[in-house]
Order: sequence, then C-alpha cells, then structure tokens
Amino acid sequence: MRKFLLSSIIIIIAIVYIGRLSYLQLIDNTNKNPLTDTAIKAVYDYPERGHIYDRNGKLLVANQPSYDVMVIPRDVKPLDTLEFCTLLNITKDKFLEKYNKAYTYSPRLPSVFVPQLSKEEYAILQEKMRKYEGFYIQKRSLRHYMTNVGANVLGYISEVNEWELKKYKYYQSGELIGRQGVEKQYEEVLRGRKGVKFIQKDRFNRVIGSYKDGIFDTLPIPGKDIYLTIDNDLQKYGEQLMVNKRGGIVAIEPKTGQILSLVSAPTYDPDLLVGRKRSKNYTRLYNDSIAKPLYDRGLLAMYPPGSPFKTINALVGLQENVIDESTTFTCYHGYRYGRNSFMGCHCPSGTRNNLNRGIQESCNAYFANTYRRIIEKYPTSAEGMNMWEKHVESFGLGDYLGYDLPTGKSGKIPDADYYNAVYGERRWFATNTLSNAIGQGEVLTTPIQLANLTATIANRGYYFTPHIIKNIENDTIAHKFVEKHETTIDAENFDPVIQGMYDVYNNGTARWLQVPDIKIAGKTGTAENFTKIEGKRVQLTDHSIFVAFAPIEDPKIAIAVFVENGYWGSRWAGKIASLMIEKYIKGEITRTDMEDYILNGSLEDEYAKPLSGESFRINDGKKLIQWPEKTIEKTPLP
Amino acid sequence: MNSFLKKLDWFTVLLYAILVFAGWLNIYSASFTGEISSLFNPNEYYGKQLIFIVVSICLIVLVLSIEAKFYERFSGVIYLISLLSLAGLFLFGKNVNGATSWYAIGGMTLQPSEFAKAATALALARFLSDIQTDIHNFKDLLRAFIIIVLPALLIIPQPDPGSALVYACFFFVLYREGLHPLYLLVGVGAVLIFATTLLYGTVWVFLGSALLLGLFYFFLKRKKKKIGIPQLIILLLITTAFSYSVDFIYNNVFEQRHRDRLSLWLRLEDDPVKLEQIRKTIGYNTYQSESAIGSGGLTGKGFLEGTRTKGNFVPEQHTDYIFSTVGEEWGFIGSSVVVLLFALLILRLLFIAERQKSIFSRIYGYSVASIIFFHFAINVGMVIGLLPTVGIPLPFFSYGGSGLLGFTLLLFIFLKLDANRIHEW
Repeated sequence: MRKFLLSSIIIIIAIVYIGRLSYLQLIDNTNKNPLTDTAIKAVYDYPERGHIYDRNGKLLVANQPSYDVMVIPRDVKPLDTLEFCTLLNITKDKFLEKYNKAYTYSPRLPSVFVPQLSKEEYAILQEKMRKYEGFYIQKRSLRHYMTNVGANVLGYISEVNEWELKKYKYYQSGELIGRQGVEKQYEEVLRGRKGVKFIQKDRFNRVIGSYKDGIFDTLPIPGKDIYLTIDNDLQKYGEQLMVNKRGGIVAIEPKTGQILSLVSAPTYDPDLLVGRKRSKNYTRLYNDSIAKPLYDRGLLAMYPPGSPFKTINALVGLQENVIDESTTFTCYHGYRYGRNSFMGCHCPSGTRNNLNRGIQESCNAYFANTYRRIIEKYPTSAEGMNMWEKHVESFGLGDYLGYDLPTGKSGKIPDADYYNAVYGERRWFATNTLSNAIGQGEVLTTPIQLANLTATIANRGYYFTPHIIKNIENDTIAHKFVEKHETTIDAENFDPVIQGMYDVYNNGTARWLQVPDIKIAGKTGTAENFTKIEGKRVQLTDHSIFVAFAPIEDPKIAIAVFVENGYWGSRWAGKIASLMIEKYIKGEITRTDMEDYILNGSLEDEYAKPLSGESFRINDGKKLIQWPEKTIEKTPLP
Repeated sequence: MNSFLKKLDWFTVLLYAILVFAGWLNIYSASFTGEISSLFNPNEYYGKQLIFIVVSICLIVLVLSIEAKFYERFSGVIYLISLLSLAGLFLFGKNVNGATSWYAIGGMTLQPSEFAKAATALALARFLSDIQTDIHNFKDLLRAFIIIVLPALLIIPQPDPGSALVYACFFFVLYREGLHPLYLLVGVGAVLIFATTLLYGTVWVFLGSALLLGLFYFFLKRKKKKIGIPQLIILLLITTAFSYSVDFIYNNVFEQRHRDRLSLWLRLEDDPVKLEQIRKTIGYNTYQSESAIGSGGLTGKGFLEGTRTKGNFVPEQHTDYIFSTVGEEWGFIGSSVVVLLFALLILRLLFIAERQKSIFSRIYGYSVASIIFFHFAINVGMVIGLLPTVGIPLPFFSYGGSGLLGFTLLLFIFLKLDANRIHEW
C-alpha cells in the first residue's frame, strides 16, 4: 500500500494536467484567433474614399487631407517648447496639459496631440518636425464638399459606434462609416477595402517585425467614384426656393426613374458635419426638434395626398369602364351620400362636369361618383375595394418603392381586409370609404411616391424604380433600376387624364402658373392636417401640394412639391414646381415675378402659430383655433 | 567498466536526454531574438544553457566513475558542506532579483540550494537506513525531521520560499518508510479544510465534515471499534475550530501578496472589473501563460513561431515559465508528451527504487523521485493555472546552470547506486 501512494498521485496529477491542457488548448477558444492575439497588431492601410459627382460630372464630394500631430510621450526628448508652441499656436500650459494627458493615457502608445491642422499649418510644421523627437504627423482623410446643397442626399461619414462594431465585422473602433444618404447606401462602393499588415509586438507593445513574413497581409482596394442622378444646379435652385418653408421637392426623369433633385427643407450645409466641428453641429441639428433639419421630408413625410390622387381614380375608372371621357356628373356644391354625410366642393351647385372639367376644377363630387362606381362595380364592396387597391398599388403606392436611399416610408393604401377589421366583414360600403376618392382619409403617400406617380402618368403607364445612382466607376448599377414596372392601366386611358392635367394649367386651378413655351401638365392638392397641442388634436393650416410633368409631348421631368402649411396647392407648391420645371428645361427663369414671390416669401409665421401659446387663425383667417386648456398641472419646482 | 555500462539504466538516461534536449530547444525559442549566432554564444540564454549541458555531461562521467560506497559513506560530510554553503550565503551571497541565493564565482553564479536537495536526500537516506533508526520511534522521527528542515530553514530567509517548500516532498519518503498514515490524513485534511473554508465558508465545512464523519461511523465503525461517537464529535469540533481559524490566519497572518495568490488560485474573485485588475497585476504571469498555452491549440504554432513567446509576454519564460513555450509552440500534443515523459521518468525512478536491495539506495531513489515529482507538479501546475504561483524551476527544462547541474547530480548518483546494486554486501 505504502509503495503505491506516490505512483498513484503521479498518475492522477498527469491525468489532471493533461485534462487542464486539453481544456486550455482544445476547448477554450478565447486565445485561438490571430486577430485577437495580443502579440499581433493589425496595422490598416486605408484607401481613399470614392468621390461623388452629380449627373453632369460636377464634383460634389472629394477628400481633403487632415493632419494630426501625434505624440509618443516615452520618446519625447527635451525640446524648445517655446518654438514648438508658437508653431502649433498653443500656450505652454496647454502644451504641458496635453503632454500629461497623453502620458497618463499611455507613455508607449501614440496619442493625438493637436488634431486636424490645416494644410497651411501643416506646411510650416512639416520641415521642423524632425527636431521634435517623439512627435510626428499623421495624415487622415476627411470629406471635402464642393457643394453646399444636397446634405440629405449626400449624407455624411463619422466614426462607427459600438452597435455598428458588433453588427459589421469589417469595422474597427475609430474607423469611419457612411451615415444617411448615399454615403450610407453606397458605403461599400465608396469605402473600398482596407489593407492590413500583421505586425509582431512584444509585451511593451513595441514592433519587433512582420508576422509570419506577411502571409496574411492584404493590399487595400480603393473606393470607387460614383455619379449621382442629381442635377446640382436644380438641387441648389430647389433649396433656394424652399428657404423659410418646410417641405420637400422630388423631381424624377420619367424615362429612366433617375432622381433629378431631392430637396428637403429646412436643410443644412453638408460641410457642417466634417471634422472637428461635426459633433457640435450634429448635436445642434439633432436637437432642433421643431424644424427637424435632419428629417428628409421628401422621403419620410407621410400625409394624405389630396387632389393629385384624383388622377389615379380617373385612370382606374377609365380602366374599369365605369366612366369614359364624356361621362358627366352634377356637382351640388358638393356630394351628398347619406342623411348626414356630405362632401363639400368649391364648384357652384348644379355644375355638370365631364372628366376633363372634373380634373381641371378638381371637382370632389365628380370623383366621389367615379369612386362609388368603381367600388360598386362588383357584387361586394370587398371585391371592388381589392380591385381598386390592386390598380393603385401598381403605381408604386402603398409600399416602399425600393429606391437606393437608406430612409423611407411605405405610405398606405387600404384594402378590404383593412375595412373588414375596422367595420366588420360585409358591414361597410363604398360610402364609408369615400374619402379615398379625393386622396383623403386612409390614403397616405410620401412626396417621392407622388413624384413617381406623376412620372408614371407622364410615361402613360409604366415607371422605373426611382434611384439616385447614375454610374459607378468600373461597375454597373443594380438591375432593378433598369426594369420597367407596368401599371394595370392601358396606355390609351392616360390621354384624357393628361389632357385634364394640361388643362389645369390652361384654364384650371394652375392657370396663373403657366411657363412660356413649355406645355406642363399638373394637379394641385390641398391637404388638411392636424397636430397635438397639450395632448389635444387641433387643425393647422392646410398643406400645399402640387404634382406636374413637362413637356407633355416628351416628358423630361416629373415633380412633386409639398409645402407644409402652405394654404393651398397653387399658392406655394404649384409655383415652386413651375419654377423648377422652367429651370430644368430652359436653364433660366422667365417668370421672375413668381420667383420673387417664392424667394421672398416665408411661412415662418405659420410655423410659429402652434408654438405661440395663444389661439390662432388658420387658412387665411377662415378658422379660429382655440388654444387648448392645459390639462396637466405643472409640477412645482422643488 | 563494460559490465557497469550494461547495468546502467539506459531507459532513464534516455528520458533524461530527451527532457534536457527538449528543454534546450524551448529555451532557444524563448530567448531567440531573430539574429542567427553561434549556438554557444555565451551572451544568450540558449548559449549558456548549452555550455551547462556540456558541463553536465562531464559531471555525469565524474559521478558515475566515483565508487558507489562514497556517496553513502560521505553523505554526512556532504550534508554538512551543503548546510555551510547555504549559511555562507548570508555572508558572501550575491543578490539577484531580491534574493540572496547565489555565489558569484568569476563570471558565473552558483545556487547552493539546488545542490542541497541532493545532499539532504543522501543524509536522510543514510539516517533512515541505519540499523538503529526506527521511524516509529518519535525521537528518530524528530531527527529525520530536523535533517529535512535545517536546509529549508536556511533557504527561507534568502528569501526563496519556493525552494524551501520542495523539502515538503520528503514527506513521501517518510511515509514510504513507515510514517503513520495519521500524519498523512491530518496533512491532507488540513489543506482540504483550508481550501474549502476559503471557497465555501465555515458552515459548509462543518456540514460537510459532519456528513463525512457520520458516514464513516455507520459504514466503518464495525471494523475499527476504537473510534466511538465521542471521538468523532471531538474531531468534528477540531475541524470546525480549524476552519474558523483559517479565516483569521487568512486575514491577519498572511500578507496581501499571499492572499492575492490564493484568491487567484481558488478563483475567489468573480467581479469582472476586479478580475481584469488581477489579470494586469498579480495574475499577470498566470494570465499570460494560460493565454500563451491556450493559443497553441492542438498542434501548436511551430518551433520559433510562438507569437507570445517572441513578444516576451510571459515573464521568466526561459526559466520558471518555460512550459508555456512548450504549450504555445508544440500545442496540446507537445505539452501532453512532456507531461507524460515526466510521469514516466518519475514512475521509472520509483520502480528502480523499489528494486534496490540496499535500504540506503531505496530511500535515496525515493527521495529523487519525490523531489523531481514535486518540482514538476508545482511548476507545471502553476504555469497552467491550477496551483498558486510558486517560483521553482521545471527539472531539466528550465534555464539555469545550478538547477540543471543539481538535478543531474541528484539523478545520476541514484543511477550509479542502482548500477552498483549487484555488488552490494
């Protein structure tokens, strides 16, 4: 027994140790990845980010070098601090403060000493740098904006956050990633691929050579330049027109689906979000919760489209043969569809409108009749509703369009299921949903969807998915942008509707907005809207909406304009649309009267009303809105 | 001479050679700077170690050519010289890294504690093998204990508690030669209670030992009538009292660094922030060596390819932490082979010891096996994070002239005794 004690212990120890080794070396994986090996440092070689051009080849976004003065405190030798401080334009106290901060962080690792010198400062410093051991200059690349418009389209770049670090394996802390706009959408194209060198370090973090002679190292792949469909001049003009207003402009080339301009107002200079000032400016823009400059109204503002939606109902009516060009309906200063249900209209009572007049005068009664006929064509309203919805959705409404920008809203087109849920199966009729006839009620669209709808009408029945990318250097754009989407409406049914929209300009609601020598088809829209004040729903001045395309014979531009609280369609949006069309087609403005009106006009008073704390009048004083009683008592300050 | 060579245990010699060679390869890797120079370059650790290996071979020849009787006859003298050399350190010692454990002779340093182990083994073997010594006699046991403890007492104040701790391994020798198993039970029990108290607290120790003693009473009481319920209750009380005192010892007698080592060993800290702190400070060595070993995987990164070895992440990697290089560069396969080689060597030594006719040779052989086992178990256990940090080298592997020569001397005296076993009286 005594003989075997030590032998047994030896065998047990050997088994335990081999077990421990198998745990450390075979099971536990925390130390296996060479990338996370503390002994190996990956040094990245960042390629230059691709440039961004507009549709005419004008450079919009380039890169600028930025120079950081770096310090490795351990390597610093006594130096002429006076001269050094003068060169860097800092005081000696500041110098010591920065040096001590860097030393506290790490004596061995580089810290930023003075960030982002200008080229001029760098030039002076460069020759003298060798005198200051332990200091060196590190070059970085920042965006350089050659334009001051289109911030919502271009987006910006900034350091990746922790969430993105977890989600995307490519990025390392401190690297830049595109945010919003094309910088985000085309991040991988613009970014290229960083190269990496693995370097063997010792425990003091000093480099002692290349890891395995560089067999894992890769070369950087440069970022690609991209060309946008945006016309910089048109974009700039659109932003000028929208000064002191809130809203969005979306202009599309109907034949291709290319987005010519995408204006969101108010906006900001893209240069605000570059470099050292980015963080401060971003916070300022982000915190502006009233004007919301970071909110892309062209893509995100979802509201009832109002009258422009009548064109679709006309088209569906024609397609379903419930009306034809000569069908007439009588307007009784509105349309009565139940004992207490009346839809008002501005036509004098007794007016008989055909389709053309209906569109021209935007007669609510005409489209209420048409809509009823569409829904009631089938035995049940559910079938009629679903048929109507199928037609409407073929215009790209009610769902995300699939354009190449990172934000968007789906909008909404109701179907039978929706009303079944609200009223119960078979317990609703065309009349319950009659607001759809005039683009109110359950229908919601975004400006880009409206612009696409207009482009579809201009094309007489098809559209291409709107897109912002025109060209990628040495690459092709996504196939879905050259695929034709056909609507369910036959081409010949578009002619009477387009004629009606043309007559809107000739002698309808937009007759004051004509542009010499350009045949424009358009449709005004006015949308009621509401907000909450002190928790109560109150009405605000109507939104001004306008859609148009031109020239009729060969459409080059289709546009949707939306101005928040702009009273009615032709007052603001219509003028802006006409000016944009003239600017794009002619390159110059002849309707300077209209231009002056818009450029000098401001809606800031209107926007101040719901914040004023007093009762106010909306829609040119027609309606008084009582400031609601405060329902919540303020908690007294301690 | 020919017959002598035939009788030499070549299997042990082979294991010795493999371990020394493997050790040198790893020292080469751990101290390799990328510049190719002479293997005997005396400015590099691997060069010095190669010189020590050559000296060791000369030492082996010398040890084997001396008459076997010499070691037994002069064991007392050797022991005395060794004690004197340890004591002499207080006067003439050279301080390296805070420990006065070396004599500086010319350009070389000599660490007498590495040789004292062999001397103590000889003296103990001589004393216990004496016909008049009876280990069951308390006075004789006390004498044997003094032989073991004297060198340890001289080593502790150097300070080198790690080397002193090794002398605890003679416990195995005493047990083999008839020490009452009660000592063993008390020793193991004390360590167990110590660890469980720190891990789980006195209440659980009390409940656990009550359960164990209860089981003992019901299942074994028929065989050993002399232990009754009162004795068991007294034992339980002693256990609990000891467990209580552990808290006091831990908090008041131990220094902070000891507490840190123990808390690291028993994984007492589970706050991640403090764990990170421990990894950077007292646990740095253990953490780095575990990481290095873990990064080796199944087959390792290959000779000279260990990134953490190259980066000198593990401190003292060529000496006490040499096994982490094995783990990183040779992987699970390589490090398991080393563990098995040591186990094989020690088992072989025990086997040889048991076949000795001379009690002196047997006790000495047993001592050799115990010493090597202790070094191996503590060193590897520390490097793979199973045991607290104790600074003792891995036999034959770690860099160090005194260590290598000391272990060579220890081992080959035994091989000489073994080869001589037929000629004994």
